Amino acid sequence: MWQFFHKLGSPKWFYGIAGRFMPWLLGFGLLLALAGIVWGLAFAPRDYLQGNSYRIIFIHVPTAFLAQSVYMMMAVAGVITLVWKMKLADVFVRAAAPVGAILTVLALFTGAVWGKPTWGTWWIWDARLTSMLILLFLYLGIIGLAHAYSDEKTAARAVAVLAVVGVVNIPIIKYSVEWWNTLHQPATFKLTEKPTMVPEMWVPLLLAVLGTYLLFGWAALYRMQTEVLRRERRTRWVKELIAAGGGSQLKSRGA
Amino acid sequence: MGQQESMSVRVLDPVTTSPGLWQSMIAVLRRDLRLSVRQKQDLLNPLLFFVMVVALFPLGVSPESDFLREAGAGILWVGALLATLLSLDHLFRFDYEDGTLEQMALQPQPLFVLVLAKTLAHWLVTGLPLVILTPMLGMMLFLDGNSVAVLCLTLLIGTPVLSLIGSVGAALTVGLRAGGVLLSLLVIPLYIPVLIFGTGTVMAAAGGSDVSGHLALMAAILVLALVLAPLAAAVALKISLSAS
Amino acid sequence: MTEPLQHADHLLRAEALECERDGRTLFSDLSFSIVPGTLTRVEGPNGSGKTTLLRILAGLNDNWSGQVYWCGEPRQRHWDQVRRNVLYLGHRPGIKMLLTPLENLQALVAGRQYVPDNILTQALEQVGLGPWTQVPCSQLSAGQKRRVALARLLFADEPVWLLDEAFTALDVDAVAAVERLLEDRVRQGGAVVMTTHHEPALKGMRRIRLGAAGEPESVAHAVGEGG
Repeated sequence: MWQFFHKLGSPKWFYGIAGRFMPWLLGFGLLLALAGIVWGLAFAPRDYLQGNSYRIIFIHVPTAFLAQSVYMMMAVAGVITLVWKMKLADVFVRAAAPVGAILTVLALFTGAVWGKPTWGTWWIWDARLTSMLILLFLYLGIIGLAHAYSDEKTAARAVAVLAVVGVVNIPIIKYSVEWWNTLHQPATFKLTEKPTMVPEMWVPLLLAVLGTYLLFGWAALYRMQTEVLRRERRTRWVKELIAAGGGSQLKSRGA
Repeated sequence: MGQQESMSVRVLDPVTTSPGLWQSMIAVLRRDLRLSVRQKQDLLNPLLFFVMVVALFPLGVSPESDFLREAGAGILWVGALLATLLSLDHLFRFDYEDGTLEQMALQPQPLFVLVLAKTLAHWLVTGLPLVILTPMLGMMLFLDGNSVAVLCLTLLIGTPVLSLIGSVGAALTVGLRAGGVLLSLLVIPLYIPVLIFGTGTVMAAAGGSDVSGHLALMAAILVLALVLAPLAAAVALKISLSAS
Repeated sequence: MTEPLQHADHLLRAEALECERDGRTLFSDLSFSIVPGTLTRVEGPNGSGKTTLLRILAGLNDNWSGQVYWCGEPRQRHWDQVRRNVLYLGHRPGIKMLLTPLENLQALVAGRQYVPDNILTQALEQVGLGPWTQVPCSQLSAGQKRRVALARLLFADEPVWLLDEAFTALDVDAVAAVERLLEDRVRQGGAVVMTTHHEPALKGMRRIRLGAAGEPESVAHAVGEGG
C-alpha cells in the first residue's frame, strides 16, 4: 500500500501525466464553458420574473458550485496528507487554495451584481451570500496559514488539519446561517429558491458548470506542475527537463 | 547470540506501568489553575476586555434602552467571543516556549486527553468568569430577567465550545512568532455557528417561544466539539512541535 | 510477523534515518542501535542536526524517513510503551517560572511514574536546592533551574535517557556530579544518549558523528571539532 502510494505520489511521474491531461482539460473546459455561457447569455429564454438579469447565474452558479467543491477537495487532500504523507496531496492544497478563494470572490461579486436589479441593493445578508462570505474567510485562513510557515512540510500538514476542521464545520455553518436567515428576514426572494427551469436554461447551465470544473482541473494541474518543479529543482530529472527545453512554467515564471 | 552477551551486563527492563488518564489530567488541570492564580493579570485581562467592549456599544452606538434591549444579547455574545479570542494565544504558547508541551507530548497518555484538561482549565479561568459577569452587564443593557437567564445558559454551553474550537487554532499557530492575528483569522469563521445559535436562542426566548430545543442543539455542538476538537488540537500540536 | 528475540537487546534501533530541513539534508542513511548499559554521545558542529536526531529518537520530530525500532519491533506499534520508557530532557526542560521546584517536579512526573513527595524533596536536596524547594523558580539562577530539571534523573525509572545539552549552565562540581550519575546509570543497565558542548570525562563512551554541511559521515568516527 505504502509503496503504491509513493509511486503514485512520485513528482516526476505526476509531471508527465499532468502534462498529458492538461491540453484536453483546457480544450474541453473552454469549449464547454464558452458554449454554456454564450448560450446562456445570448440564446436562453428570458425569465418571466427577473427578465434578463437572471442570466448572471450562468457565471454565478458555476463559480459558487466550484468554490465549495474545491474546499471539499482540499479537505480530502488534507486527509491524504495527514494519513499517507503523500506529497502531491499537499501540493494540490497549496495550488487549489488561491484558485478557490478567487472563485469565491467571483461568486460573491456576481451575486452582488445579480442582487442589484433583484433586490435593489448590492449586498444583502442572504443566507447563501453570507455562507459564501464565510467560505471566503475559511479560504483566507488557509492561505494565511500556508504562508505563515517557512517550512513547507509543516505548512502542508498544518493546512491539512485546518482544511479538515473547516470541512467538518461547513455543514454546521450552512445550517446555522440558514436558520439565522429565517429568524431575521422571512420570505423575500432568495437565491436558494431556484425558479423552475426549462431545459433551454438548465442545459447551458450544466455545460457551464462542467466546463468550469474542467478549467479548474487544468488550472490546478498547471499550478501543481509549477510547485512540483520548484520543490524538485535540485533533482536530476528537473535539470534534464530544463536542459531539454521543457518546463513551460519555468520560462513563464522566469525561475 | 546476543542473548548471552546481555546476560553478562545488567539490563533495565522496560517499564510497563504508568499513571492513569484521570491522574494525568488532574495533574495538568492543577498545574494550569495554579499558574493562572499566580499570574493574576492573565486572569483579569479577558474580563476587563469583556466589560470594556460591552461598554463601547452604548457609547459608540446609542444608550437608548430600546436599542440596547434588542442588541444586548448580541453585544454580550460578541464581547465574550472576542475576550476568549484574546486569551487563546496564551493557551499553548508559554508551554511551547518553556518545553512543557514537549514533555506533555511525550507522556504515555494520549496527547488529546491532556489537551482536553488544558482546555478545561482555560475555560474555568476565562469562559466561566465571563458567564458569571454576564447578569450584571445584562442588567446594564436593560435585558429582562428571562433573557438574562437564557443568555447565561447559552454562554454556559457556548463558551466551552469557544475554548475547544480555539484550542485547534491556538495549536496550529503556536509555532509562529506572530501567531495572534492569524489565530483570530482562523478561528472567527469557525465561531460563527455558536454565535448564531447563542444569540438566536436569546431572541427566541425574548419572543416568548420555548427554547429547550435550541439549547439542546447547542449542547449537541458542545458534545461534537468535546469529541473532535481535542483530537484535532493534539494533531496540530504534534505538527507544531515537529517543526521546532 | 514477530521479530526474533535476539533483537530485543537493542532498546532502540535506528535504520537508514534521513532527515531534511529547509531543503538541506542533515543526515542520511544513518543507522545505529542503543543498547542497555551504554552511553552514546551525538557529536557534530552547530547545525549538524544533533538536537533533531534526539528529537527524532524521542518521537517529537516527524519530518524524517527510515525506521526506528523499539525492542526489535517498529516503534509506531508501541507508542505508549516507547513514551513511557524514553525520558527526553531538551534544552528547554519544561520548568515553569511561577511554580516552585517541588511543584515543577510534581507536574512533570505526574503522568509518567508515581513518586511520593518526600522522594522529590530528597532529590531536590541532593542537587543542592534544599533551601529553595518552596521558592518560585523565577528567583533561581539559570544553573539552579537546570538542576531542577536534572533532579528528575535521580528517580527516573526510564531505561533510555535522551539528554540534550544537559550540562548547560552547570558549574564544574555539578557537571562532575551529573557525570557520576550517568556512569552509575549505565552500570545499572540504563542507556543514555546525549549531546554536550564540552567533552565529558566518561569511560566507554560511544559516538554518533554527524557531518558538517549536511554531508553524511559514517557512524563512530574519531572525535573532531565537536563543540
